[in-house]
Amino acid sequence: MDFPILSAVTFVPLAGAILILLVKMLTGTQMRPDGSEDDRVLYAGLLFSVMTFVISLVMFLSYDLNGTGYQLVEEVDWFAGIKYKMGVDGMSLLLILLTTLLTPIAIFGSIGSVKHRLTEYIVSFLVLETFMIGVFCALDLVVFYVFFEAGLIPMFIIIGVWGGIDRIYASFKFFLYTLLGSLFMLAAVVYMYLTAGTSDVMLLEQYEFSKDAQTWLWLAFFASFAVKLPMWPVHTWLPDAHVQAPTAGSVILAGILLKMGGYGFLRFSLPMFPDASVLFQPFVFSISVIAIVYASLVAWRQTDMKKLIAYSSVAHMGFVTLGIFSFTEIGVQGAIFQMLSHGLISGALFLIVGVVYDRMHTREISAYGGLVHRMPIYATLFMLFTMANVGLPGTSGFVGEILTMVGAFQANTWAAAGAALGVIFSAVYMLTLYRRTVFGEITNPDLENIQDVNLKELICLIPLAIGTILLGILPNLIFDITRESSLHALAQMAGG
Amino acid sequence: MFDFEAILNAIAPELLLAAAGLLGVTIGALIGDRFNGLSFKLGALVLFAAAVLAGIYWDGGRAFDGLVETSSFANFAKVVSFICGGIALLMAEGFLRRHDTMRYEYALLVIFAALGMGMILSSANFMTLYLGVETLSLSSYVLASFHRDSPRSAEAGLKYFVLGALASGLLLYGISLVYGFAGGTSYEIVADADASLGFMFGMVLMITGLAFKVSAAPMHVWTPDVYEGAPSPVVAFFATAPKMASMVVFAIIMFTAFPQVTAFENWQLIIGIIAAASMLIGSFGALPQANLKRLLGYSSIANMGYALVAVAAGVQYGAGALLIFMTAYVIASLGLFGGVLSMRREGGMVENIDELAGLIRRQPALATALTVLLVSVSGFPLAFGFLGKLAVLEAGWNGGLMPLIIILVISSVVAMYYYLRIVKVMWFDQQAEDFEPVDGWVTGVVYVTAIVSVLLLIFVSPFSELAASAAAGLMS
Repeated sequence: MDFPILSAVTFVPLAGAILILLVKMLTGTQMRPDGSEDDRVLYAGLLFSVMTFVISLVMFLSYDLNGTGYQLVEEVDWFAGIKYKMGVDGMSLLLILLTTLLTPIAIFGSIGSVKHRLTEYIVSFLVLETFMIGVFCALDLVVFYVFFEAGLIPMFIIIGVWGGIDRIYASFKFFLYTLLGSLFMLAAVVYMYLTAGTSDVMLLEQYEFSKDAQTWLWLAFFASFAVKLPMWPVHTWLPDAHVQAPTAGSVILAGILLKMGGYGFLRFSLPMFPDASVLFQPFVFSISVIAIVYASLVAWRQTDMKKLIAYSSVAHMGFVTLGIFSFTEIGVQGAIFQMLSHGLISGALFLIVGVVYDRMHTREISAYGGLVHRMPIYATLFMLFTMANVGLPGTSGFVGEILTMVGAFQANTWAAAGAALGVIFSAVYMLTLYRRTVFGEITNPDLENIQDVNLKELICLIPLAIGTILLGILPNLIFDITRESSLHALAQMAGG
Repeated sequence: MFDFEAILNAIAPELLLAAAGLLGVTIGALIGDRFNGLSFKLGALVLFAAAVLAGIYWDGGRAFDGLVETSSFANFAKVVSFICGGIALLMAEGFLRRHDTMRYEYALLVIFAALGMGMILSSANFMTLYLGVETLSLSSYVLASFHRDSPRSAEAGLKYFVLGALASGLLLYGISLVYGFAGGTSYEIVADADASLGFMFGMVLMITGLAFKVSAAPMHVWTPDVYEGAPSPVVAFFATAPKMASMVVFAIIMFTAFPQVTAFENWQLIIGIIAAASMLIGSFGALPQANLKRLLGYSSIANMGYALVAVAAGVQYGAGALLIFMTAYVIASLGLFGGVLSMRREGGMVENIDELAGLIRRQPALATALTVLLVSVSGFPLAFGFLGKLAVLEAGWNGGLMPLIIILVISSVVAMYYYLRIVKVMWFDQQAEDFEPVDGWVTGVVYVTAIVSVLLLIFVSPFSELAASAAAGLMS
């Protein structure tokens, strides 16, 4: 058997977390002379997450880009015919890379801004990384479920311990909302395992469930993925969670956790329940368009910067579902692209908000204005990501939106037209945000002495900026890798 | 006239327990208080030896003209129950010493209770069953009021006794009705009898009596009160060993004595309703609780509801699932009560959830272990409890119990809320004072159960095969 590279990528962060925990238990928390906690533990965590990133690059290199199907497959018996099975295709490969890229950035960005309980902080992030990577690697439904659910606990702790004022409420809402959806999926998973006699994803894709069964199973999976994505009207946990979460938590939440829903649709719902997917296409289209328009309008009226970006995420995820359920290659390609691009852009936007939050300790848009006079570099970067979020050509945001809309157009003109409205609105709310925070005169005296982005923040933002532009100019880098996956997701669709 | 081999096959552990118990009484009478210290360790040793014996005579057998019959299914439950009993006994020692109630009678009562558990698990006749139930119950009543100077403990014991006596009466009345209509008290005769109306009446009364023993709704009312009032190590025992034994006995009786009733699904419906009610009452009832022991009492009601879903699914699908689920539950419970026993401050026990505030800062290892145990008992992935719940869901699907599955899902989410609340208090809240150190047994049990809960999630395969083969023993 080859070296189990996927398990290595998945479990290196966990091993790091355990190691850090053990060392800390032996040495205890060290305090600096000025009373703050010793932050070397954050660098240790950073080391492990960078190590994971390097291993994931090795994984990327050992993946055969011209190959077909799942690669790097590992299999170990777990119990009762359920296997610990890992494997990746183009889509999951890129999502893993996104995860391993965003985690070190999020951790690095926390240095200096998170001040207490650093050991638990870093351990939570590393454990979370393990579960997120596991979700994208798992090729067995039960294993997938374990990783999918398990990620809730570290995220619960991240929001609850290092979050804002209403963090307890937000963490509970986040947890229970997602759990309810997931348990219905668990019931469906058990049913599938019993009916098909296996929980192996590759075998289940070949298995044909009856039409009735598909309907129920689709709904059960939908309950879970729709909450996770999140889709209107079950999105309400997201703004709360985002606003209360610390910056790094928001980056991971928007950048990766939200992608699990879209990933789930493509990996499970479409290939395993093709008939039901077709049946529910109008339903998904309707709520996607509602999500895009409604969330955009709500975003426009927000006074809290993070909440605004959170609603903008809901709208952008609407494009993802629109693309997936267009059942066209171009739409699905666009959806995957949109997921990756949104991971970079929203992650960056939350970091951008974090930059001024660390200095001013408020996220109220009205407290800002005129930042361009004091923070020129910041204003430039903010502009770049604002434009990317709006979908300006040349940025990755444009490619994702245009492709999902083209896909949706082929399936349903009205849906595409509705989604196009959302594009306009996104320009409205993002440019409003940008104008009110960055342009104008400085009205708030506290802003007079605000410092521009420092080196640490630049290091966090530059890779995301490069990624955003690179993907915008050369989208084929992604499409070549994900073509196989998107065709695979559509292979079971009737006539497609 | 006695076939000793058959007797050994069937009830070897019980013989050991009975002999040890009687010997203990004699020694206690001779040397009195000097036996106190030794009795706990010896008692635990006897219980572990009984577990080993149950493992040695794994396939069981039949003895005394069919009054007792042991299957591997029962032996599985015996092994788990006896080990839990032994561990609970070890955990009790330090607590009782601090409260000046460390007396050898405690250890003997636990041994006699274990004898009762063994008897009910091995019984193949309602008479043996009733004797075993009473042996277990009478020991339990005394244990519940073991702190006789504490009004709470005395109240708990009295409540338990009065309600338990009522339940025993119902059970006995049910047995007499079934006997009257079936013409015998052995499971075999009852299994072959026609299900007339009177027979059904008897069966329902029996189910009611058994529901009391496993604290399933609507006979659950005693549970929170007794859990709160009885001394903590006693509750640690109640929540684990007798729960495992009684639930498995419940299943054995339904599967072997009333198999014909399944045909027209009558008891499946009854058990299903009991299960649904237990799940809902247990999970919603726990929401407002501030006392950790009381909360765990409600949590046990909900968990018995999940276990009953497996029973309702029938012998073919439910038996193996029941064993996995119950084992996961008792392992986690044992650890959680170890946590309760660790909550000592200013020389006394504290029991409110708030007292755990900020535990992660003061005792990170303990808080992490308790978090793992809570995750396990809630059936969330990451710990063995998840596989228990998975097995129950599987049984539910196979048994076609769709409504129960939906209730199970809802109640799991509600239950998650109060488990999370404990996690929240431990992780998020401002820290309270430190706990005073407790003896090594208690701390050890918390850590070991937490580690076992995680390890069994990963290396579950041999365990689930064992459970499946044990379940097959019941069907043959």
